[in-house]
Amino acid sequence: MISIEQLCKVYQTKDRKIIGVDNVTMTVEKGEIFGIVGYSGAGKSSLLRCMNILERPTSGKVTLDGIDLLSLSPKELRTARQSIGMIFQGFHLAISKTVLENVAFALKASKVGRVERKRRALELLDLVGLSDKADQYPAQLSGGQKQRVSIARALANNPKVLLCDEATSALDPNTTQSILKLLKKINRELGLTIVLITHEMEVVKEICDRCAVMEEGRIVEEGKTYDMFAYPQNTLTKRFIQTVLDFNLPKELLEHSKGTIVHMKFTGKLAGESVVSDLLQNYEVRGNILHGKVDYIQNKALGTFVIELTGEDKEVQQAIESVRKKVEVEVLPHDGSVHHSAAGAE
Amino acid sequence: MMDQFITLLPELNKSFLETLIMVAIGLGVALIVGLPLGLLLFVTDRDLFLENKWIKGVTGVIVNLVRSVPFIILLVFLFPFTNFLVGTTTGPVAASVALSVAAIPFYARIVEASARDIDRGVIEAAIACGASPWLIIKDIIFPEIKSGLISGLTITAISLIGYSAMAGAIGGGGIGDLAIRYGYYRYDNFVMFTTVILLIVMVQVIQYVGDFLAKYVKKG
Repeated sequence: MISIEQLCKVYQTKDRKIIGVDNVTMTVEKGEIFGIVGYSGAGKSSLLRCMNILERPTSGKVTLDGIDLLSLSPKELRTARQSIGMIFQGFHLAISKTVLENVAFALKASKVGRVERKRRALELLDLVGLSDKADQYPAQLSGGQKQRVSIARALANNPKVLLCDEATSALDPNTTQSILKLLKKINRELGLTIVLITHEMEVVKEICDRCAVMEEGRIVEEGKTYDMFAYPQNTLTKRFIQTVLDFNLPKELLEHSKGTIVHMKFTGKLAGESVVSDLLQNYEVRGNILHGKVDYIQNKALGTFVIELTGEDKEVQQAIESVRKKVEVEVLPHDGSVHHSAAGAE
Repeated sequence: MMDQFITLLPELNKSFLETLIMVAIGLGVALIVGLPLGLLLFVTDRDLFLENKWIKGVTGVIVNLVRSVPFIILLVFLFPFTNFLVGTTTGPVAASVALSVAAIPFYARIVEASARDIDRGVIEAAIACGASPWLIIKDIIFPEIKSGLISGLTITAISLIGYSAMAGAIGGGGIGDLAIRYGYYRYDNFVMFTTVILLIVMVQVIQYVGDFLAKYVKKG
């Protein structure tokens, strides 16, 4: 659907060059929700804005459905942009227009007739659940409602792709959830491809099929969302994963523990198996559960389990080895100084 | 005193009308030429959708050039042009030429400044919608700055009243002219006060109406 080849974006200031996007090659498949994660300044926003040429890449290629966007004339580019919806963190609604007029504006851009504009705008407002707000002004709406209006506007011309620039970052957690649900709904019902950028891993976990992690203008890791959570490779990816999966055991607990603290990670089907109870039955060890949690990512379970094992050293070691064959195991140090990594260190 | 006033009335009426003509023509031209010019200055600015260093630069210099010339000098400087355009250099219509020339860049800068207050994101969203530059100007920028345009017209009108007094000094007529001729040259305090009060009332009314309209068009 969207294919990006060796894209670079360099910003030239008076005395130096700032590299926004550094040689990125990636593909977004039709119908998927693709997330790009990174801290601010990582270049994700630049990359996204290059996808509809809001920013012109310094070099590289951007193709949408086989059309090379950089080769288009201004007029052709405007037509192409009508098939790429975009929503923003700050909503960017015209404050002097009503909700209906804001949505209708996008239709005006594609030269839809007056009557049809109104009909279609109302239909879109219905889709985002705001039909009763048609004649209100943006100032009268809440943040979540404003984002719904901007989604309606972005969908007006039946786009193939929806670009979301930190679309939920300005919203509270509840509203974020409802906007994500809406995005998921339009993704499924309209078959719309969605590319979103965010610094919240929670958003990725919630709706993305695949995701990429960006740092200093480069994509450092890319893959299916579940795999990224279950088997992260890059340090930055691990750090992002932690923000969602992380838990902190009290320092005192770790320091005063007499046993061995074992952190286990269950992926896929294993999350449903009785690994722990087997361990306790088969070896002469006692287990004290410190933490346990199962996350569902793309409807697949990802379990985290922390248990304190006490018993003879040898038995404990054997017990750990036996589990290691099935799940990822990490023995946590007692001083509490080392921050545990949910990724697990073999 | 009433007698004095009645004697003055015909002259006052004539002057008032002349001032109105000068301000109205100046405002009209400011609106017709200054508004597009202001928008041009805005949309050709850096990082905007019709960014053009040359147009922006040249227009900016011309605007500053006119604005930096003191009005009374501009008035004299434009005499040949005025003569060519209206066939005379005296009277309110002739004075309107210089007033218009001064009002254009004045209003253009006000238009540009109010356009700068628009959230750039809104324009960006319009670009992302695939809207043409003309549609963005007409349908996004214009409605968003409508209220500022009216406030700007109010400011321009009041400035023009001030300028028109100077135009009067060299034969343009108007209330300011009356004040200078009778009040200043002849030490006629009655005329002086009457005209000043009239000017104050005029400015107040314009400001009031302007504020009301600006508020009226501001929605949301």
